Amino acid sequence: MIIENFEHHQYAHCESGVTVNLLRYYGVELSEPMIFGIGAGLFFGHLPFVKVNGVPGTTFRIWPGYIFKRVSNQLGVKIKVENFKSPEKAMQALDEVLASKRPAGMMASVYYLDYLPPAFRFHFNAHNLIAFGKEGNEYVISDPVMEKVANVSSEDLAKARFAKGFPEPNGRMYYPVQAPKTVDLTKPIWSGINQTCFFMLTPPVPFFGVKGIKYLGKKIKQYPAKLDPRRSALYVGNIIRMQEEIGTGGAGFRFLYAAFLQEAGKKFGDDELLHLSEEMTAIGDQWRNFAYSAARTCKARSGELHSYDELGDMLIDISGKEKDFFEKLKKVAKGKK
Amino acid sequence: MKKEELPQDKKIIHGEDNTLRKVLYVTDESGNYESAQSDGWEAENFALTQAWEDIDEHIAETREKVKKGEVSPIAYYMLKNLMDIPILASYMGKWKWVVKRHLKPSVFKKLDKKTLERYASVFNITVDELTKFPAAQ
Repeated sequence: MIIENFEHHQYAHCESGVTVNLLRYYGVELSEPMIFGIGAGLFFGHLPFVKVNGVPGTTFRIWPGYIFKRVSNQLGVKIKVENFKSPEKAMQALDEVLASKRPAGMMASVYYLDYLPPAFRFHFNAHNLIAFGKEGNEYVISDPVMEKVANVSSEDLAKARFAKGFPEPNGRMYYPVQAPKTVDLTKPIWSGINQTCFFMLTPPVPFFGVKGIKYLGKKIKQYPAKLDPRRSALYVGNIIRMQEEIGTGGAGFRFLYAAFLQEAGKKFGDDELLHLSEEMTAIGDQWRNFAYSAARTCKARSGELHSYDELGDMLIDISGKEKDFFEKLKKVAKGKK
Repeated sequence: MKKEELPQDKKIIHGEDNTLRKVLYVTDESGNYESAQSDGWEAENFALTQAWEDIDEHIAETREKVKKGEVSPIAYYMLKNLMDIPILASYMGKWKWVVKRHLKPSVFKKLDKKTLERYASVFNITVDELTKFPAAQ
């Protein structure tokens, strides 16, 4: 059984891609950057005390589930989000949703998804995909980071939905129930912009937003003194991975956000937004320069003080640029509805 | 990033092509955003390769430690399954300190059948493979 009118398209990021593909099925056609912007997906966080396999965590996006919920809320799409206690119940509920001709979004661990190349299959649990059919014991999966549709066995999907670690998907399944015939994007766009400015500028702790970037910059400068060369390289390598691997659109989602600002600017005929889109593109390029230099520093494995110092300075500079950027964006968005 | 700067660097890891063609957002000649496909970029390929080299080294080191009787086979299979103690503990439904104790060969020897079966199922191996290390390797 396959849900006929569901179309799979490949996108940069899993959750915004899942949201685009799900909403299209209900007649709401939006681009991925638009979903990402309205969903206030851009973020930054560095948590030195939350370690995964001994390496501190860095994120360039908001927490899982936020984009789908926020976009649906803003557009007036009714949704259902469910968590489950047991794999049996979760898989049964999935079958029922599919039988009612509704494609189902799910949170899953990439470790159990054998259509991905082996080198990508870590215990990363915040991945998102859609099931839109079942053939025998296999589910037909639309994973937005894949070019094509893939099949996953019932056992593997159950494992992926009940992976342990951080975060735990707990079988989470989500899908639209009802969508309005027409949507007005004006308010959702400005609201999304305001929310992202809030996330980036106001966190009172040093780990998040523009402050978090500066904080990470200062931390990197200390790596050669505090860690052996191998650890230093792994710590910095993880930042590159979070920033550049599949699902980020490159440069830690900065290009995806610039594309959103451009689309919004064109829609409103707002030159300030168009100009800020260009600025965000330049910031994205700076993030890529950082990744390039970081890879070179890791390769040298010398643990030389000056190179880590330069990497730290690059981030402190980016932090200043993003602070300036989001303050300007906040001004542009002020009072707009 | 400009369209013409879009990298197409294949990801070769463990001697095999692990490329996953992904979508990126790039600007065209007039600065308009569009989506484009990329095989990857050397900087990210390097970071992923480096992470795998570290894992592979750890697995090899731990295998030797198990052979010498310094740690239990659980330590080896934990790494082999890309887990750390917090992840393994949550799969086992046990406290971290309990799992940590099971990494000691003396404690491992005394584990009951049920616990061994649980570990084996988490690692997707048989109890024999778990206990008759390194013969199973």
